[in-house]
Amino acid sequence: MSARRLPFVVVPVVLLAAAAAFALSQGSGGSGLMLYSGQHPETVNALVSAFERQSGIKVSVRSDDEDVLAAQIVQEGARSPADVFLTENSPPLEELQQRGLLVAVRASTLAKTPARYSSPQRDWVGVSARVSVLVYNTRDLTPSQLPGSVMDLADTRWRGKLALAPTETDFQPIVTAVAARYGDPATVKWLEALRKNAAGHIYPDNETIVAQVNSGQAELGVINHYYWYRLRDEIGPAKIHSAEHLFADGDAGYVIDVSGAGILASSRHRAAAQMFLAFLVSHRGQEILAHSESYEYPLSSGVQTAKALYPFDKLHPDPITISELGDGQHAITLMRQASLL
Amino acid sequence: MTIAGLGPERGEARRQPPPVVLLGAALLVAGGVALPLAFLVLEAAQVGWGELSPVLFRHLTAVLLWNSVRLTFAVTVLCALIGVAAAWCTERTDLPWRRFWTVALVIPLAMPDFVLGYSWISLDPSFHGYWGSVVVMTLGSYPLVYLPVAAAMRVADPALEDVARGLGLGRVRAFWRVTLHQIRPALVGGSLLVSLILLAEFGTFEILGFQTFTTEIYSENQIGFNTPAACALSLVLVLLGLVILTAEASARGQRSAARGGALGRPPGRATLGSWAAPALLGLLTLLGLAIGVPLAALAYWFVEGSSSTLPPTSVFRDAISTVGFSATAAAVATAAAVPVALLVERHRIRVGIVLERSTYLVPALPGLVVALSLVYFTEHYLFQLYHTTFELVFAYAIMFFPLALIAVRAGVAQAPRGLEEVARSLGHGRASVLLRVTLPILAPALVAGFALVFLSASTELTATLILVPTGVTTLATGFWNYTSDFAYGAAAPYALALVLVAVIPGALLGRWFERIAGSRPT
Repeated sequence: MSARRLPFVVVPVVLLAAAAAFALSQGSGGSGLMLYSGQHPETVNALVSAFERQSGIKVSVRSDDEDVLAAQIVQEGARSPADVFLTENSPPLEELQQRGLLVAVRASTLAKTPARYSSPQRDWVGVSARVSVLVYNTRDLTPSQLPGSVMDLADTRWRGKLALAPTETDFQPIVTAVAARYGDPATVKWLEALRKNAAGHIYPDNETIVAQVNSGQAELGVINHYYWYRLRDEIGPAKIHSAEHLFADGDAGYVIDVSGAGILASSRHRAAAQMFLAFLVSHRGQEILAHSESYEYPLSSGVQTAKALYPFDKLHPDPITISELGDGQHAITLMRQASLL
Repeated sequence: MTIAGLGPERGEARRQPPPVVLLGAALLVAGGVALPLAFLVLEAAQVGWGELSPVLFRHLTAVLLWNSVRLTFAVTVLCALIGVAAAWCTERTDLPWRRFWTVALVIPLAMPDFVLGYSWISLDPSFHGYWGSVVVMTLGSYPLVYLPVAAAMRVADPALEDVARGLGLGRVRAFWRVTLHQIRPALVGGSLLVSLILLAEFGTFEILGFQTFTTEIYSENQIGFNTPAACALSLVLVLLGLVILTAEASARGQRSAARGGALGRPPGRATLGSWAAPALLGLLTLLGLAIGVPLAALAYWFVEGSSSTLPPTSVFRDAISTVGFSATAAAVATAAAVPVALLVERHRIRVGIVLERSTYLVPALPGLVVALSLVYFTEHYLFQLYHTTFELVFAYAIMFFPLALIAVRAGVAQAPRGLEEVARSLGHGRASVLLRVTLPILAPALVAGFALVFLSASTELTATLILVPTGVTTLATGFWNYTSDFAYGAAAPYALALVLVAVIPGALLGRWFERIAGSRPT
């Protein structure tokens, strides 16, 4: 081997050794809590580090979409490394509850949150909430032109103007609420009309809906309220050309989505997991949520949000319950029938 | 495949049966690479036709098929045009600053497609859907055509072209009838890779809001945990991949153009004259769109985004993780490519060829499917490996094995066989020949394979999201978490780090093609 060629052998070998040494040093950590989180990472990081400081218990976080994580937990079964599952919406928790994969939450923890925002079977606890609203472009539309009901979005006058994110888990509760009130056939017809109106503006997520409505690509869309606030924070108020609008009181599009946390039946750290849940709904945990950039409504311990939002107790949403919202599978079936999925 | 056409055809040489060790190693590698395919069939068979047919035969499937086909077609054609035009400029004209261009034109390969998509759409929200996807994917993928075509042009025998011109063909017609024929295997091979990668691309289309088979596979798996449906749709992708592979086999032709002499002189260069300015402007625009726009967007969000409050240490730590995973995977994939390449090039037996071709189906599989297959196998048989570094590295090695194979095969094809025979006749055993002759000769090709896999693995997103050890973030997943959360400012440093990590192997790759093209087979 000539000296000229030597680097071509030595460099890879050294690189490989370094990489392998590094790779072996990466572990998922044996002790401590494993949190599967479908929540926004910035908020979760703030909560987790506060809990770690307070309790001395280390928490590893696995972040992904809540439905992906729920599927993962189901697949992992009894060997799941997860101890706690924190979601953005109730259906993934309800799904796991129905499969018997969760254990009861301590009563003192549940007592911190109004009962109607937690698992009816007491298997998970509500932590924070959001409300579904209309977002519209303020250069294209005035408030008086906006529909009072989510059902009106099926009107042909919104053709080519409506933005929709059917694959978002946030959209399922609305479909469930519409189906509960108007029945399945009417819901499918409504969804088909939405699909036609949103042609060209079918987006992967709420973030895209807000951004596209704000820039005038689409005129209006349905989102959970906090996405608009987060966009405003990121790009600055000067570049905001959109606003939010509540549906009429009690409308089927006016739904409270609950973010909750549950403990896996397979967890080997149940005591620590119960401590983490208790922390989430404690005054301290809820204060972090109240001041965080996530713009969610704290649900527990009487804490109010510190951010400018419609006051939570002044909201008049559709009275649909957590158990009626269920695991979301029926909404998915209806969306399939309407070729939205 | 891509550049295999560079080597002289060796069909005339006597074929020895391959050593058992070599055959065994190659079969083992192919078995590993075929794991995801086995998983697809297992999973789809488990639920049966009754449940799969409603997923496959519905309106949406037709829409997705049309979307995937028209996108793949347009991008592949555009990449072929841009790749050939750019290669012609750098290899066959007196373009100024040639050495700069040959390396710079490769750099967009190092720019993750989803970063490109994100930067365009974050600057201009109207940049979405079909045309947005076509532009972004073309800008990110054309080097896959440019690289092999430029290399082929460099070693193509100029005598043929001279003869054609001597016979009265104009420059354009001589290019069309002779040069194009000479570079055909490289052109077809590069285009093949582009189209297969397009089938499996996810992040860019998700960001740009364009629905393809792969984005739908993702949704199916995500919504309602419908893994069987995702697998059924993936099988359609595999079929599409097979169609493309078949088309490639017939398009590349039976034999590549032969060289007149072993030591050809370098091809002549056309004088651009007054065309130099437009050519320079064209290349500059290309690089501006492919590299300038994303860098500008990242810089913009870095400065403007309110969420850029990250501790820089986390980006640094995540960069180290990314490099560690990717480098290990690149080494594994490159090492695994050696037996397969030797088997195919040195012992042209049918098993080897079928085996080699079948590995090219893997790039058509979405990362999600590869990840799910590994989750399936580790969960059922090797739970200790679940969510470990080993699992992730193995996934990368499977996904990007074909890239390593392309590079290593080209190296083997060019390596003079005579040297090994001389070493054998001097009394060296097989292992000794491999270590002391074959591998040193292959070193540049191994480095290229390493760089290609490293580049792809460091920007991999979908499989990483599923397989990464808990608590570890790679640059790609960090970027993804923050962009899908509006935190453009926080995401920008991740993208910048990703680009920095990718630039070195990108430049290495450009250098390698200079070398391989410069050193002629003797």
